[in-house]
Amino acid sequence: MTRQRVPVALLVPAIGGLIFLILPLAGLLWRTPWSTLLQRLTEPAVAAALKLSLLTASLATLLCLVLGVPLAWLLARVVFPGRRLVRALITVPLVLPPVVGGIALLLALGRRGLLGGWLDETFGVSLPFTTAGVVVAEAFVALPFLVISVEGALRGADTRYEEAAATLGASRWTTFTHVTLPLVAPGIAAGGVLCWARALGEFGATITFAGNYPGITQTMPLAVYQTMESGDLDGAVVLSLILLAVSVTILAALRDRWLAAP
Amino acid sequence: MRRAGIAALALAFGLAGCGAPAAGESSTITVFAAASLTESFTSLGKQFEDAHRGTTVKFNFAGSSALATQINQGAPADVFASAAPTNMAAVTSAVSPVTFVKNQLVIATAKGNPKQITGLADLTRPGLKVALCAPEVPCGAAAGTAVEAAGVELTPVTLEQDVKAALAKVKLGEVDAALVYRTDAAAAAAALDAVEFPESATAINEYPIAVLKGAANPAGAQEFVDYVRSADGLRVLTAAGFQAP
Repeated sequence: MTRQRVPVALLVPAIGGLIFLILPLAGLLWRTPWSTLLQRLTEPAVAAALKLSLLTASLATLLCLVLGVPLAWLLARVVFPGRRLVRALITVPLVLPPVVGGIALLLALGRRGLLGGWLDETFGVSLPFTTAGVVVAEAFVALPFLVISVEGALRGADTRYEEAAATLGASRWTTFTHVTLPLVAPGIAAGGVLCWARALGEFGATITFAGNYPGITQTMPLAVYQTMESGDLDGAVVLSLILLAVSVTILAALRDRWLAAP
Repeated sequence: MRRAGIAALALAFGLAGCGAPAAGESSTITVFAAASLTESFTSLGKQFEDAHRGTTVKFNFAGSSALATQINQGAPADVFASAAPTNMAAVTSAVSPVTFVKNQLVIATAKGNPKQITGLADLTRPGLKVALCAPEVPCGAAAGTAVEAAGVELTPVTLEQDVKAALAKVKLGEVDAALVYRTDAAAAAAALDAVEFPESATAINEYPIAVLKGAANPAGAQEFVDYVRSADGLRVLTAAGFQAP
């Protein structure tokens, strides 16, 4: 792209938007107690929350990949009645306040919930207040990110390869695993990264559905909130900074490589 | 599309201007109050507004520690009512706080107390799910003291961020019991049962209230504090289950 004159009417709000997004992060850096940073990082409570966050976000991403890639394929490649409605329903968690998601999960999967009541009575399985519950809450909020990314990749991919494979006698499953998947691998990776980052930052649905108990359901965002509640602003800033650093590193490393792909 | 964008922008700027108090007398009193005061302060606020025409009382209810942090970070508040003296002490701008009520813990259970809980010792029963407030917030600190006084080893399934959240988990049936204030249990009496237990006497919470330095409406703030501490105010508060200081 060649250098061109940018209209001031666009430049000024664009810079304003950038500052609007960056300023709060600068505020965080400005208040970071650098001298005690290392000591706080090694506190067992922080380590436990970070470990739990990384574990649950990764498991949630895995769950989203298993459920979301086929769902995206269905939306992109199969014409069926009510497809628009299905797509709308999938995007609902994107715009739903996470707390509402948490309440909805409780009413569906809680001990007295629609399905949860049956699970509890029949198998003695109850998701709230368990690490599995955290994974479920994170996956619920993050799944749309994956489905939308992968569906976009599938729609952008050239279907002629799939048609060629089909003409050569490949079954739909073989075509999917040998042609479609490699073709949209970058899209899946990008969706997975977004999904993971969203799961890592999940707060509202987690605290509402899974509760808050150190080592079992207390992820980093919950630890940040609790530290803030206790009046320990420095501690909350440090925890926020760790979360920010992890997210930005992952997003920056992967965005150029994958998100730019169709 | 473009018009909508301009409208949104105008709205954003308009809202940004709203934070500043109007010149001259301000008729709004902003009260930051502990979550456990939600019901009683809401009705106190209505009564106060009726008695002082043209005055609006705005509330921000949350956990006391969160409120204290918000105030210290410059949130515009005229009055702070905390569920514990420690959170009040953390607020550097509080002017001579006074205790206006006391509160005590009870065990909240599902309606009809299906698990037949009679005291703290019952909460240690295997398979029983209990929610407590996090030790950082006043109801959690009080719960810790009471549990220690009872000499029981209690493992909750969750540490909630304020008393209302703990209560909600009981209402939803996700936990069998939670330690909450008597006043919160009373406010939810239609849906829950409250079990009194003797050790709660060791963990009585004092609620301090104070006008804040730099209040936008100091006169109104003082009037509201006086009203809360008046005989009328105390009547509303004791009806909600609070004890006189």
